[in-house]
Amino acid sequence: MSNELTFQLDGEDISFTPGQTIMQAAKAAGVYIPHLCWHPDFPAHGSCKLCTVKVNGRFGSSCTMEAQAGMSVENRTAELDDKRRTLLQMFFVEGNHFCPSCEKSGNCTLQATAYELKMMSPHFDMFYPDRPVDASHPDILLDFNRCIMCSLCVTASREVDGKNVFAMGGRGILGRRIHINSESGKLADTDFAVTDRAASICPVGVILVKRKGFAVPIGERQYDKTPINEQVKEPTA
Amino acid sequence: MNAPMNAAPVAAKKLKVATTSLAGCFGCHMSFLDIDERILKLLELVEFDRSPITDIKHCGPCDLGLIEGGLCNAENVHVLREFRKNCKILVAVGACAINGGLPAQRNHLDLRDILEEVYQTEAGISHGGIPNDPELPLPLNQVHPIHEVVKVDYFLPGCPPPADAIWKLLTDLLAGRTPTLGHGLMHYD
Repeated sequence: MSNELTFQLDGEDISFTPGQTIMQAAKAAGVYIPHLCWHPDFPAHGSCKLCTVKVNGRFGSSCTMEAQAGMSVENRTAELDDKRRTLLQMFFVEGNHFCPSCEKSGNCTLQATAYELKMMSPHFDMFYPDRPVDASHPDILLDFNRCIMCSLCVTASREVDGKNVFAMGGRGILGRRIHINSESGKLADTDFAVTDRAASICPVGVILVKRKGFAVPIGERQYDKTPINEQVKEPTA
Repeated sequence: MNAPMNAAPVAAKKLKVATTSLAGCFGCHMSFLDIDERILKLLELVEFDRSPITDIKHCGPCDLGLIEGGLCNAENVHVLREFRKNCKILVAVGACAINGGLPAQRNHLDLRDILEEVYQTEAGISHGGIPNDPELPLPLNQVHPIHEVVKVDYFLPGCPPPADAIWKLLTDLLAGRTPTLGHGLMHYD
């Protein structure tokens, strides 16, 4: 017991093994740190900044920062959750996130995180960007309106599927987007398959399997009844 | 000083509530009616000003205004401003008031193209041309949520918000509390 390495997370002792990030140790202990672009199966991307915590009084991304013995980490403070809510509101206004018409509603990490952080409104002015969908593939629909640029599909396709179907490209809020690595830019002209890891990695409603819509009714989905902070130990899709 | 000794306690003044649907489908109002018999309890506490329930055409001074729907035409903006001017507390009710919702799905399309397709080129409907009666409010170039035009005090998400969420908001406000929704009542869909 005395050899156990621990740090403090909101005043609670969290044990960790050397090399573990704050996020990994917290998840193993069943403690929720809000996050969007981090996935336990993949290296941290560190881009969404939602998992920002205060480590010994300074801001840091818990998905990239290694745990150190004795460090004091603030997580669910009003200050941090306020900033996280603002980040979420920026995600919501930058894309076209219309939950009532989205097949991912109820299973969506962005939506569940917004519930958890009590995001009542987008607060900012909406961008309403023009992001055409790609329905060219026989089994998969891509609705880029909901993309949050977490790049999990890029990583999963490259690292697990060995295909490199997706890429991030462009600049600026309205220019940056996910590109499809085919000459036509269409998913149909890639070797993407519905069995790919990348087909089930999307935390929001961009990569959707066709002919499976609303198999589970709204109201009975993953986050409809149980909030995301109570599902930390559940396997992530 | 000259008040009668045994006067009955003065009944608490009823709060005035106004409701409207702008670029909405009245689904939020239908969900409001889903509070069922609780509306009788509500009527002991509030009195409706402008609302589909009363058919009053203009909003007078009110304690609470409930706005369903976003802004898709000039009239929506006028009604919203009238509500803001008259209501002490203004609430955005439902997805369309909060982020534009379904009507905002037209926002990436050119307005003229939409009108021409609907009223002139699309097969199967009478080609009477784009309506231009002066009585008709002019459509806005894009649909907007109401917080982009006026200050909104509270937001009630949902498409529609469940009746229990509407009830929670109303009872919280009537009791003088800041309205809060628990996990089960907070839905964007």
